[in-house]
Amino acid sequence: MTVDPQKQSYAHVPAGDQEACDAVQWNGSALAEEVERRSGTPLSTCFQCHKCSTGCPIGPDMDLLPSQVLRLVHLGAEAEVLQSQAIWLCASCEACTTRCPMGIDLAAVMDALRMLAIEREVAIPDEHGKHFNHSFLSSVRHHGRVFEVGMLAFYKLRSGDLFSDVDKVPQMLARGKLALLPHRSKSAKRVRELFRRAEEEEGKS
Amino acid sequence: MKYAFFPGCSLGSTAWDFDQSTRAVFDALGIELEEIPGWVCCGSTPAHASNAALSISLPVFNLQRAQELKSPVLTACASCYARLRTANYQVLNDPKQRERAERITRESYDGSVAVHHILDALVYQLGLPAIRAAVRRPLAGLRVACYYGCLLTRPPEVVAFEDAEHPTSMESLVAALGGEPVEWPYKTECCGASLSMTHSNIVGRLGHRLVDMAQQAGAQCIAVACPLCQVNLDLRQADARKSHGELPETPALYITQLLGLALGLSPKKLGLQALSVSFEGLLQNLPSPSGRGAGGEGCDAAVEGNSAKPQAVGVAGGNR
Repeated sequence: MTVDPQKQSYAHVPAGDQEACDAVQWNGSALAEEVERRSGTPLSTCFQCHKCSTGCPIGPDMDLLPSQVLRLVHLGAEAEVLQSQAIWLCASCEACTTRCPMGIDLAAVMDALRMLAIEREVAIPDEHGKHFNHSFLSSVRHHGRVFEVGMLAFYKLRSGDLFSDVDKVPQMLARGKLALLPHRSKSAKRVRELFRRAEEEEGKS
Repeated sequence: MKYAFFPGCSLGSTAWDFDQSTRAVFDALGIELEEIPGWVCCGSTPAHASNAALSISLPVFNLQRAQELKSPVLTACASCYARLRTANYQVLNDPKQRERAERITRESYDGSVAVHHILDALVYQLGLPAIRAAVRRPLAGLRVACYYGCLLTRPPEVVAFEDAEHPTSMESLVAALGGEPVEWPYKTECCGASLSMTHSNIVGRLGHRLVDMAQQAGAQCIAVACPLCQVNLDLRQADARKSHGELPETPALYITQLLGLALGLSPKKLGLQALSVSFEGLLQNLPSPSGRGAGGEGCDAAVEGNSAKPQAVGVAGGNR
């Protein structure tokens, strides 16, 4: 009988659980190395104390808790991590980063995973976050600043989420909270060049 | 005293009241704000979640513009503050990051432009004695839950001007204004931030939790120092109530608005009319503003409040 070298590592796992392990596509440490390189934070010191998960305000809404995301990165379970909703629900509040006893910058890990998910064109279960980031940055690219009305319209068209918060518009208009024209920055043209160079730079790395 | 002011995008639209009240209180306190010419968006969360090179270059571009003004930078928005401080931190601690930012912006930058948040500028740079002396309309025991949110104190090695888990600058400011800051455990819990646009149900849950806790702690209103915190606690409060259960209406206003009221500025000048959950009822409980040295209820309260501590010290020290 030939033994799959990857399966050898969990030969001690009880028979029933091996099937569960088989369901995960391992790629060893390649994913962990890539995430470490991008986030600039060491991942191997994590001992699964779950402090990141217990303090995460979004934890109850996530399909994977932050500590589970990190564990799956260690294990190289690329599809499970990059296709999770959790990496897009992270609000970047930095509670995990601040509290990690091993100094792991988990918020930076989430950033790295979001970028990898887009680059590797995986199927993202909930694309709202991706569309929002794109709409926001498109607005900055054009005006040098965020033009909220334009950005929200663009976001709604891209995400197909047309009707949420429409009830807030009259209220916000009455309170002067929606500027109908963009406040264009004098530096808008230079910002466009800056975007182009930053994108070239990231493409190279 | 003078600062190079970085308003950021929100202060030009959804947070115009934060902009107006910030400029008004700094003017009233005799601190000049010079807007950074040609400033651009800091990139906020969408940049650091999408493109690392962009997320450092946008703030560095702004700091390069500020450099020409030769004053420290002041910002009101917590996210702008965090991005500008993070860029400085990266430039100072990682030569490769500095090189990259300089390559993309086509300009040199050494990370030396200081960046302050308004709370830091008011409480630690200007100091509470100067603010206490300028109070014309004490907050008369108004019970305030001071809410810092996430990015004013996190991560501490980059942004914090005080303890990351238990900051106290806003409480000491509210107390100096004659208000009564309440003790509550959620002052640095996240409000959900930009999930406001993409997952408003989550923001509703978090906002409800925050307002509920503030109420349990006995607060009459919540003071905030970030445009997204304000939107999430104020504009979305009615929805949060509908989805997660009844709560007393709790105004969530900017700390600069509370400060402005205490300095005797008009509610209109401070943009209080922009609040979704009205502050009107609480405003009526406050004494009317009084001039320097003039009589009246408000002034008496100020004198009482201000003299309480020095007197106690004097008695204890036996040198009065």
